[in-house]
Amino acid sequence: MSSDTGEFARRDRAWHPPAFTPPYKTSVLRSPGKALVSLRQSIGERTGPVLGHGDLDPLDNDLIRNYITTGGEAIGERIIVHGRVVDEMGRPVKGSLVEVWQANAGGRYRHGNDHYLAPLDPNFGGCGRCVTDDDGRYFFRTIKPGPYPWMNHNSDWRPSHIHFSLFGNAFAQRLVTQMYFEGDPLIPLCPIIGTIRDKAAVDMLVAKLDMNEMVPFDSLVYRFDIVLRGRRSTFFENRPEGN
Amino acid sequence: MPVQYLKETPSQTGGPYVHIGCLPHFAGLNLRTQEKLHVLAGGGVPGEQIRIEGVVWDGSGHPLRDVMLELWQADSTGAYNAPGFRGWGRVGADPQTGLWGFETIRPGATPWIDSRPQAPHCSLLLFARGINIHLHTRVYFDDRPEANAADPALLSIELVNRRQTLIATRQAGGQGGSDVPTFRFDVHLQGDKETVFFDC
Repeated sequence: MSSDTGEFARRDRAWHPPAFTPPYKTSVLRSPGKALVSLRQSIGERTGPVLGHGDLDPLDNDLIRNYITTGGEAIGERIIVHGRVVDEMGRPVKGSLVEVWQANAGGRYRHGNDHYLAPLDPNFGGCGRCVTDDDGRYFFRTIKPGPYPWMNHNSDWRPSHIHFSLFGNAFAQRLVTQMYFEGDPLIPLCPIIGTIRDKAAVDMLVAKLDMNEMVPFDSLVYRFDIVLRGRRSTFFENRPEGN
Repeated sequence: MPVQYLKETPSQTGGPYVHIGCLPHFAGLNLRTQEKLHVLAGGGVPGEQIRIEGVVWDGSGHPLRDVMLELWQADSTGAYNAPGFRGWGRVGADPQTGLWGFETIRPGATPWIDSRPQAPHCSLLLFARGINIHLHTRVYFDDRPEANAADPALLSIELVNRRQTLIATRQAGGQGGSDVPTFRFDVHLQGDKETVFFDC
């Protein structure tokens, strides 16, 4: 739940990508020029919405079958992506909404602004969501997205990736990120991944092939674990609001 | 070596197609068509109905037409997660004009960490292509000047003339013939009018 049970550890903004990263061209005019203002967390940052419970469709986490328009399943490399969402102290993040979106097997997005010549798949939408269980676990079934070109340095290529949106249990834990696939040679060439300075941080975004969990004669499996901000213990703090 | 905890998963941009996963109907996908995430409160939720709208501008004065915004607020009594009011909303900017809007209720005052009241406000997050880690700001209301003048978060902004960037302006008359009070909140990502963004 999202009751206010304390303050979150501060974000390490040298670990996250900075706002101004010129090789990723769009960041140049979309990055604040002034310093962020430090704000003590109060109840609005330490709580968050409870979403997804009770209104998820059974196919919401099955991208192979949640957008069938011509009667077949999505075309491509059938995979399952699974993992655990934990906080920085290693505790499971329970009951929290995970949203994903991605291109199809050929690298084409089902979005009006994507004009890449690779075709749409009539049976693939590219949208999914699920809620973590009591152990912080999530999974969804999909096809592996293809790489695609984009207007950055006259056709850079994005590695295969799946976008993730995570709520955690408080607005301070909100996170949007991208998952990549183990062994993809486009990873070190990508200016968006290159916005992250620390190689260990990049490695956290690379899902590992998980042969132990593969589904025989059906799907390969990738494991992607996610870490959200952890709550501080604040043993020593005066807690006038009575937490 | 200080005590080491796990590291947070690093952020990446939401990209230009963020709508597919977060607002699929907006992206043209025939999924979840019943969801109107920019409407936090239709009729029936106690409190004063209001509309908050604006445009997000880049450093060259261009509107962001692919930005996604999320709002989080207390109910009219100042309670978060109160029964009957989700308190959270999400909207995409208009792909032609960049205008976005939430239909909600005016939040009540909420306590600061020392129990002093905070002026009524909404938390607002921005996600978009070119934004590597989401930006966090707050929306206050210009028809609550006394509460704003005593608000601990606004007072913590050292550069006094920047506090004004967080105060939404009540528009004359209602929007489109309705009498719902409408507050304009433009966000400037960069430059002289740059909005205050928080690290919290």
